[in-house]
Amino acid sequence: MRSVRHVGGSVVNGIWRLGYASRFFVLTLLKSPVSFRRFHQLTMREVYFTGVLSLIIIVVSGLFVGMVLALQGYETLQKYGSSEAVGTLVALSLVRELGPVVAALLFASRAGSAMTAEIGLMKATEQISAMEMMAVDPIARVIGPRFWGGVISMPLLAAMFSAVGVFGGYLIAVVLIGVDDGAFWSQMQAAVDWRQDVLNGVIKSCVFGVAVTAIALFEGYDAPPTAEGVSGATTRTVVTSSLAILGLDFILTAFMFTGV
Amino acid sequence: MDRTIIDLWVGIFVAAGVVALMVLALKVGNASTINLSESYTIYAEFDNIGGLKVRAPVKSSGVVVGRVAEIQFDPRKYVAKVALRVDRRYEFPADTIASVLTSGLLGEQYVGLDVGGDTVVLKDGHTLKKTQSAVVLEKLIGQFLYGKAAEGGNSK
Amino acid sequence: MATQNLIEVRDVTFTYDVRPVLKGINMTFARGKVVAVMGQSGCGKTTLLRLIGGALKPTRGEVRVAGQVVHELDTDGLYRMRRKMGMLFQFGALFTDLSVFDNVAFQMREHTDLPDSMIRDLVLMKLHSVGLRGAHGLMPSELSGGMARRVALARAIALDPMVIMYDEPFAGLDPISLSVIGNLIRRLNDALGATSIVVTHDVQESLKIVDYCYFMNQGVVEAEGTADAIKASTVPYVHQFVWGEMDGPVAFQYPCPPYTEDLNLGADRA
Repeated sequence: MRSVRHVGGSVVNGIWRLGYASRFFVLTLLKSPVSFRRFHQLTMREVYFTGVLSLIIIVVSGLFVGMVLALQGYETLQKYGSSEAVGTLVALSLVRELGPVVAALLFASRAGSAMTAEIGLMKATEQISAMEMMAVDPIARVIGPRFWGGVISMPLLAAMFSAVGVFGGYLIAVVLIGVDDGAFWSQMQAAVDWRQDVLNGVIKSCVFGVAVTAIALFEGYDAPPTAEGVSGATTRTVVTSSLAILGLDFILTAFMFTGV
Repeated sequence: MDRTIIDLWVGIFVAAGVVALMVLALKVGNASTINLSESYTIYAEFDNIGGLKVRAPVKSSGVVVGRVAEIQFDPRKYVAKVALRVDRRYEFPADTIASVLTSGLLGEQYVGLDVGGDTVVLKDGHTLKKTQSAVVLEKLIGQFLYGKAAEGGNSK
Repeated sequence: MATQNLIEVRDVTFTYDVRPVLKGINMTFARGKVVAVMGQSGCGKTTLLRLIGGALKPTRGEVRVAGQVVHELDTDGLYRMRRKMGMLFQFGALFTDLSVFDNVAFQMREHTDLPDSMIRDLVLMKLHSVGLRGAHGLMPSELSGGMARRVALARAIALDPMVIMYDEPFAGLDPISLSVIGNLIRRLNDALGATSIVVTHDVQESLKIVDYCYFMNQGVVEAEGTADAIKASTVPYVHQFVWGEMDGPVAFQYPCPPYTEDLNLGADRA
């Protein structure tokens, strides 16, 4: 009996929180005009914190992921005598899947967790309450710019991840292994379509950017104002947004790439 | 409003992102090859399309001129009706033959257009009269074995 | 008489979930006075400030600020009212990502279209009044606790409010900072012609500066009066509180069964 009540309680609580999160998200969107009217003053700073500061981890990871893809792909493709297709393999995996997904996962753990911790601490030290008492809406002033900063940064980061990854693949396949330069690029270009692959990858990363920043900001805003509360919320941000990225990726891939 | 060091970094960041997108579009992808926003649609009916998929290339003389837009089964004529979106820059005579071909032994399947000699050109919505179906490997092997068997019978 | 009282708290009851925090509170805060609200931790003092600021709605009763019922205001009205209020939070609540200057300038930039040069002058004047004009370039992390409190005070008075609320302004300060803050509260109140509400449990320091005093205990007003009247009060709770006695109406022992019973002494003998 008690366990039934416990399960029921957590379900109700989860739905309640979902509703609160949705309202928070809608409010953030409604109060966005401030983020654009004072773009230079508010949002620019957030693009710097979420985008520029994530640049190094994104570029280095992208390079290594591309290099590993090329090494592994070459081993397998060589058996079928089509080692030139390694370019296609690297580019398609990066542009369609790994670029948006891995970049978003890194973004969630680098920028998302930082955002949650920042908002959570602002709440714990009563900065949010202070702002409300000064008749300034914290959702418009604090949440909105961070949201748009993240949403702007994410697709750019994912594109850089893919581009650097392709370059990493090129380094391994062409420079190190000696796959023919021309065949590497031409096979890649024949297989990767601008609309179907590149643009869909960009759309994916935009969706992930919205999901990660919205989750990170909500977790921060909803965090209990204590040290444990903030650290718990930071962990939840990484876990929830990683799951959201992978789940959304499945749904988007099902829509985009199955030509049924 | 003063320019700050953050502006510089954000500028570098945005520029790098845009460059990465351009690289993906032009160097990695093939944005420059065909432009399907300016296209017309023609139809071809095949007895068998084999493994042809939507978005497979349409080639003439080996050059990609369009893409397969839609594949439907016609329940009255029992044939596969394939819609081909062809770049508006290319015009084809009305007696062009469409065939389902395979690039390489294990490669993807595509639609080949063999140009005829008619002076009338295909317009949007036209249907090709002559088509050649995909070669099904099992049938080919079957025919080969049958031929061998017949040969063996004759020589006796 | 009504014009004399800037803030009136009438019969306010507030329950958090099912736990009653305030049970029928009546208070008036006269214009131009510094009024202290005292009581133990968790007796509902901070809740009272939040009710006056409109962050919470009373379960019953009403809070009037300058004649307006706070919980009946819409968001715009509430924000208009809050522009005339300043609040000093317990640990300052300075914006950690902004410098001292930007913290004080925050409200001016959000709510006014003043040119940068004028904002600069105003901010430096506010900082000068708390003695920290020289610290305008520092970040909050570089300030001591007392300095952070003073910067927060400068920020609270940035728009010359008619009400200044202090939430535990003396908590965790050394004796020097303590008397600095205490004197600033009095001086700024008189200079601005504002009304100050000081929520605190630091009796000795606050009794030096206040005009009037409310004592709260478990959600009700236990006693009220001027500083001298409070010091001379014979209400047991107030007496224990003011003189910091160990035992009294607030018992030293947490409620528990008799000592002998708990140690099983009776059982052994039996």
